[in-house]
Amino acid sequence: MERPAWAPRSIDITVPSVSRIYDYYLGGSHNFEVDREAARKAMEFMPGLPKIMQANRAFMRRAVRFAVAEGVTQFLDIGSGIPTFGNVHEVAQEASPGARVVYVDHDPVAVAHSGAVLKGNENAGIVAADLRRPQEILRSDAVRRLIDLNRPVALLLVAILHFVEDTDDPYGKVAELRDALAPGSLLVVTHASADHIPLPQKRTEGAVDVYKNIRNPLIMRARDDVARFFEGYDMVEPGLVPLRDWRPETAPEDEDPYAASGYAGVGRKA
Amino acid sequence: MTTEPDGPEDRLRRFAAIWARAIFPVTATSLTRPEFEEQLVPLARRLRDALHARAMNAAEGQALGAALIDVHCTDPESLSRTLDCVDAYLVLYCGEDGPQDALRTRASRLQHAMAAGFAQALRERTLAEQETIAHAALHAQEAVAQALHASEARFRAVFEGAAIGISIADLDGNILEVNNTLLRMFGGTEQSVRGRNVKQWTHPEDAPQVWRLYEELVQGDREHYHIEKAYYRPDGTVLWTNLTVSLLRDADGQPQYQLALMEDTTERRLLNLRLRYEATHDALTGLPNRTLFFERLDKALAAGGDARFGLCYLDLDGFKAINDSLGHAAGDRLLVEVADRLQACATAPGEMVARLGGDEFVALTTGPDTQHEVDALADRILNALSAPIRIDGRELTVRGSIGIVEGPAGERGPAEVLRSADITMYRAKSAGGNRYELADPEADARVITRHGLTTALPAALDRGEFFIEYQPLVKLGDGSVRGAEALVRWLHPQHGVLGPDRFIPLAERTGLIVPLGRWVLEESVRQARAWQQRTAGSGPLRVNVNLSPCQLTHPGLVSDTVEILEEAGLEPDALCLEVTESALIGADDDLLKPLRRLAEMGVDIALDDFGTGYSNLANLRRLPVSVLKLDRSFTQGMQQFPADPVDLKIVEGIVSLAHSLDLAVTVEGVETGAQAEQLRLMGCDTAQGWYYARPGPPDRLHELALMDATG
Repeated sequence: MERPAWAPRSIDITVPSVSRIYDYYLGGSHNFEVDREAARKAMEFMPGLPKIMQANRAFMRRAVRFAVAEGVTQFLDIGSGIPTFGNVHEVAQEASPGARVVYVDHDPVAVAHSGAVLKGNENAGIVAADLRRPQEILRSDAVRRLIDLNRPVALLLVAILHFVEDTDDPYGKVAELRDALAPGSLLVVTHASADHIPLPQKRTEGAVDVYKNIRNPLIMRARDDVARFFEGYDMVEPGLVPLRDWRPETAPEDEDPYAASGYAGVGRKA
Repeated sequence: MTTEPDGPEDRLRRFAAIWARAIFPVTATSLTRPEFEEQLVPLARRLRDALHARAMNAAEGQALGAALIDVHCTDPESLSRTLDCVDAYLVLYCGEDGPQDALRTRASRLQHAMAAGFAQALRERTLAEQETIAHAALHAQEAVAQALHASEARFRAVFEGAAIGISIADLDGNILEVNNTLLRMFGGTEQSVRGRNVKQWTHPEDAPQVWRLYEELVQGDREHYHIEKAYYRPDGTVLWTNLTVSLLRDADGQPQYQLALMEDTTERRLLNLRLRYEATHDALTGLPNRTLFFERLDKALAAGGDARFGLCYLDLDGFKAINDSLGHAAGDRLLVEVADRLQACATAPGEMVARLGGDEFVALTTGPDTQHEVDALADRILNALSAPIRIDGRELTVRGSIGIVEGPAGERGPAEVLRSADITMYRAKSAGGNRYELADPEADARVITRHGLTTALPAALDRGEFFIEYQPLVKLGDGSVRGAEALVRWLHPQHGVLGPDRFIPLAERTGLIVPLGRWVLEESVRQARAWQQRTAGSGPLRVNVNLSPCQLTHPGLVSDTVEILEEAGLEPDALCLEVTESALIGADDDLLKPLRRLAEMGVDIALDDFGTGYSNLANLRRLPVSVLKLDRSFTQGMQQFPADPVDLKIVEGIVSLAHSLDLAVTVEGVETGAQAEQLRLMGCDTAQGWYYARPGPPDRLHELALMDATG
């Protein structure tokens, strides 16, 4: 039976959370032992995981600054996780002080923490909602309060789509969100992929299994499947590319080999 | 600030670049390396200043260690690499011209302080972040707890406020929780329900699958089931429910509880039973009604194998008279008493009694030996009716007529069986009642044909299926044709030509005799007029037309007759209306008045079939008749040779009597010349019969009359 909307989701901090694991990869301490244990296990297979996350963060930073440069100052970041440092609102509001940011996550701890971090920031808000139910996001108080859907929005789906299984129709959900956005809106996506990971396939699969075991399966998608999320958008140069290759600002020799993993891209709604 | 090549500022920046290159790979920053390096430049400057400070400032060293944490270098490797950098390059790039040993000592001490500061800051940051995330978790849990509480409150409200009974039991059947509605349904206190085990709640009416479904559910093989189930309440009364039981599983999918939702259907069920009873039982007598009877009859007739059935169709004799004389209330009481007696006659398994309506009852038996049983049943019924019934202080004797149909199942439908029983009952009734008759296919067929004729009559008249034959009336004195009797025939599309005996009684019963009689009269009068025109001068040809008792009482008789005569232009004295003797028995003046009027106009009235009824000779003079038609039974006695002397005497006497009353005498059924001669000698005036001519088409009569005239 489907859980009624008003029935609360239970919180079990003995179960690892992908957002707290992510925080651990980034050197944060917003995590519990169960999260660290899972993270360490995954790192046994892929020691470079933190570098991928770092590259992911660096891309997001570049993409946000790109959006501001393009005149888009409204941000909807779905799957925002645990705010640590260099978050979207910090990057965006540094570039454009009036920028508005709505974070969305379905992890109640991440939501509670975001609420605490954003306290006092009138131009940022957090919504407890799930990418798989776009209408709940679009109709949320924070979105209504902070985002003008008649003007372009930068929709950030950073490191989240690879946690949505095909049975949950991720393409349909992304399209549903696209349809709610004004022309000129930007879609910012990063997605895990086995392509370009500098490891034997077996090692990658081991890391993927860790996520499967914590009931947050990680769906590695091929480039073409990631590209399909941009249906209805025109790709911005340089298109859908490895994380580090999207408008790089760092010399290649400074980049970790893992930074080539995963795909990043930005599209503009026609 | 000046950055002259190899100047102090340039050397400071080079140190910062080396430092940044060393630790950038182990940071988690999202900044680019140049951006990161920019963040390190102020720290490098502070390091240089601390190196050159007059006194060693440990606090500044610690602050610089802590600053690493502020630029998100939380990996211990970044401290290690920082200290390596300081150790190797700080004095080299930032020592300027100071005393090398002292600077090295100072750099070394700075490293100690930085390490302590880094550790301290990392510890504080870690603790702070742990506290933050713990707070967030706690906060989220509180929110969930609140939501859970609200949700629980909602569920509790639904649970308690639901109009259906809800109970939760464990998989062993122990009841853990019930709502008030369920308690009310069971009419008990909590103790009587809670703490009990659902497996104790058996009921004799439990469908066979009830407990199988239950076992499947608690074993996890079934998610839910829906049944109708009865329960005993603590006070022994029965509670009927629509029961839905669902299996509740835990988060891992293991069966955990069973949830029962029950709707009290006791009232509805009672109402349904009552409605069903009312729909299938007669309100007055309480006997099964037509509907239920037909259900049973259907079933009996549909039974396979060599099953048989026996049916008694009972109609009370003279019930209408009782109803009319004592009133409907008394009639109803009588029916109730009869119903009770009938009920007592059919108590064996397979027997039933029903009231079809009015005073019609049926008894059905489907026992093993219906051939014998159905007769016995009819005997019992007649016997049960034989004792008088006391109503309003009167002893009423009730009799009944029974039609019995018995036979193998599977051959006839219920309607056919019931019709046969009905027909047979009428046979018993016309045989005098208070008896039973067995169905007979031939008798049924006759009745069915008669019924078919009756219903076909009206259309037959419209379609012109009737025609008239004429039998000549001959004057015995000279053998001349004086006229003819009009005899109506029906050319039936299936049955061929039918004589009046086949359909006139039916027409009388349905009232069709009036239009039919009028048509015959019109036709005959027109024919008589035609004859007269064709035989002008050879004496008038008259026509005799039969009047049925129904026509006699019809108010339009005189006016219709006058109209018909006038229209055809026939003199009234050319028409003779024949009325049977029996129709005039006990006739009062009102009935005779129209006949008298017609007689006064000149229409002859003949008394038909004279001598068959209770001929009231005294009455004869009172009747407006001018002709006696002697019944053929008298002439039959004269056919033999020598003629029956008694018959001769009677005919002689009647003729003499008639003539003394100034009545002419016509004899019917004359078949031989000897008869004709005898009758002539005895003084009869007119004769008809096969000796002269059979009934035939009008033209034949015309020919006979002409022959007569010329011969």
